[in-house]
Amino acid sequence: MKKTLTGLAWVSPWLIGFTLFLALPVAMSLYYSFTDYTLLEKPVWIGLENYKRLLSDDVFWTVMKNTLIFAAVTIPAITVLSLGVAGLLNMRVRGVGAFRTAVYVPFMVPVVASAMIWLWIFNSELGLLNQGLRLIGIEGPNWLGDRAWAMPSVILMNLWIILGPPATIYVAAMQDVPKALHEAAELDGMGPIRRFVYITLPLVSPLILFNVITTAINAWQVFAVPFIMTKGGPDRATYFYTMYLYDSAFTYQQMGYASALAWVLFIVILAMTGLLFAVSKKAVFERN
Amino acid sequence: MTLLGVALVCVAPLVWMVTTSMKPGDQTMQTSLSLKTLLPQPVEKTPEYAAENYSSVWTDDTVNFPLYLRNTLIVAVLGTAGMTLSSAVVAYGFARVQWRGRGIAFGVLLATMMIPFPVLMTTLYIIFAKIGWVGTFRPLWVPAWFGGAFSIFLLRQFFRGLPKDLDEAARIDGCSHWGIFWRVMLPLSKPALGVVAVLHFTYTWSDFIGPLIFLTHRDQFTLALGLQMFQSQAGNTPWNELMAASVMVIAPVLVLFFLAQRAFVQGVAMEGLKE
Repeated sequence: MKKTLTGLAWVSPWLIGFTLFLALPVAMSLYYSFTDYTLLEKPVWIGLENYKRLLSDDVFWTVMKNTLIFAAVTIPAITVLSLGVAGLLNMRVRGVGAFRTAVYVPFMVPVVASAMIWLWIFNSELGLLNQGLRLIGIEGPNWLGDRAWAMPSVILMNLWIILGPPATIYVAAMQDVPKALHEAAELDGMGPIRRFVYITLPLVSPLILFNVITTAINAWQVFAVPFIMTKGGPDRATYFYTMYLYDSAFTYQQMGYASALAWVLFIVILAMTGLLFAVSKKAVFERN
Repeated sequence: MTLLGVALVCVAPLVWMVTTSMKPGDQTMQTSLSLKTLLPQPVEKTPEYAAENYSSVWTDDTVNFPLYLRNTLIVAVLGTAGMTLSSAVVAYGFARVQWRGRGIAFGVLLATMMIPFPVLMTTLYIIFAKIGWVGTFRPLWVPAWFGGAFSIFLLRQFFRGLPKDLDEAARIDGCSHWGIFWRVMLPLSKPALGVVAVLHFTYTWSDFIGPLIFLTHRDQFTLALGLQMFQSQAGNTPWNELMAASVMVIAPVLVLFFLAQRAFVQGVAMEGLKE
């Protein structure tokens, strides 16, 4: 008993923080999601109205679609890219440490600053991208201002931002792969690509699952980059879930509706994570 | 060779930011790309141009960067101190104190890492508005004093890796839990504490959505918000000054990153190896 009290005393900062800043907001938002609440007046119970409204809200379906497209492109792209880059970073080359740093650095850049840099790069007249394309005789589009190109542009720059952590994790994991396995396979006449597919990939697969889940969760939170670079436009082409949640709460002051959006987001993330775990049960290799 | 290409793609945007930040305004308007137009011309006048751009950002009338720097430091330092200290205390409770329910509580802690901020932000705003904290720095640093799930996890792993003999010896010498924590564990955990501190400092420094929601007056803005305001205010964007402002926001974080790099990258690698 005394021991339990001692333990609880040690973790009490987290217990209090968990209650005040996590459990309480989650519970309160469930209540608010059944109300009409503008902050100025008391919340009014309206039952399932907010959720019904969601179903017939075109903007909701637009942000759902955009966020799903964003995730559906980003997840496979970042997995292939970071595995490939990690394979390169795992080579025995002089100065490989500097390359590892170079790949990680974009992730460290404050996201607002990244947005500024890429606004400049994507600038249709003077930007680095279109100037580079002009060198090879292509007239590039107005990346962020064109309905068709805005989404790919945002996805591309986001890949630049998030490449570092998964690549770093895979490098660490690849260094854990027993050398003897590779040597044995080499003796059996396996080339580097087949060794990568049959030895490295299965051994790092638990980390692939981890990174896929992280990327998937983060995709639902994309906010600062499109908020700053495109304001969700043109014509809502880059309007994502969290931006709509933000606007509902802080631009339109519809706290009840925003709470319903938050709960849908919560459930989507739980379901998605559960699904990824279930699907991966067979695909992920367990070492023991 | 491919490796060099990958590294170049990663770094090129940053290099272009730096060279743009050192050009006079009219030179950012050149539309033909060559090695020459990448750099300020004439090259030897670079320091002069750079000084002009950076000082005009620093002394801008409407966007007060010195004040934003001060605000950012207040929030980041207060938050980082709390995050590091409280997470260490909680991590000790999970690593070295035996108690019923510890496993379950730790599982809950890990699960909370999956709850994204957007799920909470509306209600957090309502709560902070009710207690009069919206429009103050408090929502941005007070929660850090209750520890953070990832920091606690990281420190708990580190503490568990320290030999138990040390605790035993200290206990025989009459040390209480607090004595073991303060005199034995903390001094041995400087690298891990450093990682937690750097992570939280850079997080707070870079945070955009938190200040955007909880700060109401422009005198309270942090650098991240200020930078965005600088961009949105300048209708016809002076790219050289915007890039100079970005360099100023980025530089401290990158310096910190290089200083703490080894411990840092290990920490990230560890993140993947949990379970």
